[in-house]
Amino acid sequence: MTGVLPVGLANSTKVIGNVIHTMKEYVMVIQLHAPVDEDKLRKVIEYFVGKIYQRPPLRSSVKRVIRTRRIHYIELIENTERYVLVRVGCEAGTYMRKLAHDIGLLLGVGAHMRELRRTRTGPYKEDETLVTMQEVSEALYMWREMHDERYLRKIILPVETAIAHLPKIIIRDTAVDAIAHGANLAVPGIVRLTNDVKKDSLVAILTLKGELVALGKALKNAEEIAGLKKGIVVKTKRVYIKPGIYPPVWKKGSGK
Amino acid sequence: MSLAEKGIKFIEKITKNAGYNQEWIILRDDETSPEYGTLPYERPIQEHILNGVINLDKPPGPTSHEVVAWIKKMFNIERAGHGGTLEPHG
Repeated sequence: MTGVLPVGLANSTKVIGNVIHTMKEYVMVIQLHAPVDEDKLRKVIEYFVGKIYQRPPLRSSVKRVIRTRRIHYIELIENTERYVLVRVGCEAGTYMRKLAHDIGLLLGVGAHMRELRRTRTGPYKEDETLVTMQEVSEALYMWREMHDERYLRKIILPVETAIAHLPKIIIRDTAVDAIAHGANLAVPGIVRLTNDVKKDSLVAILTLKGELVALGKALKNAEEIAGLKKGIVVKTKRVYIKPGIYPPVWKKGSGK
Repeated sequence: MSLAEKGIKFIEKITKNAGYNQEWIILRDDETSPEYGTLPYERPIQEHILNGVINLDKPPGPTSHEVVAWIKKMFNIERAGHGGTLEPHG
């Protein structure tokens, strides 16, 4: 398999795992074991859009019990005698090899996955940010040997891209260091938040400059939070920013 | 443009580029001090690397784990991790 594999460097390792649970998109070549009518093929493909049942394959890392997964879309790109090229958008944890096999079963001729390329995992897509190992190697060379960091800047994305899919809460400078020390977030520290903040959902806490501070669990919905004057509204789960980057509040006010 | 406006614009941009749609609920106006912290895209290169993500086009053949090990070695960093395996056998 080839395609989108976001790699978190050093500190980013802490949060890159969150994209595992986001939607995926693949481009897949399915090999049919006998030719089929294209109308029939389209009907069968359409049948798999929506909620499907899958038992994880033998070679998998999870418990092999039947589970449901959602297929958002299947687009038929090309269809020759034995090969079918499709683009599939689906929920995390959907097995493409199984999907190809099941499409073959419903067609009545049998089929298997021939090639697979991932074109999206949540916030990361097959776009101008996608780079090859060769490009990484060249950018490192330009930086180390030619003292030109421009290429490296271009191929490395800020860690904040890894939380782009999450609901967001922006906080005041004075609230940052307390969170960096593991404190929970209270209403007075909030400047603004996105409307998709939901009770019990994972949220990203950010500074006004856009720096990732921490990930936390929202204790209330966005509208509820907006109506409050005080109280803890986010339980801090994973601190990203290091303590001491933003000033501790007690130094500011007390004059000590 | 103020520093806070730049920061918020950056967040809006990465959200939009990632294909997600969000609206703000604004509780209060506030500025941020230039004395500490930095806009994510203005981190010094060393910091940028340590707080960076590579949207890597995984080559066929090696496992996701092997690819991450190579990246770690190339950057001479102690830790790296990927966002979901993409194994040779699919």
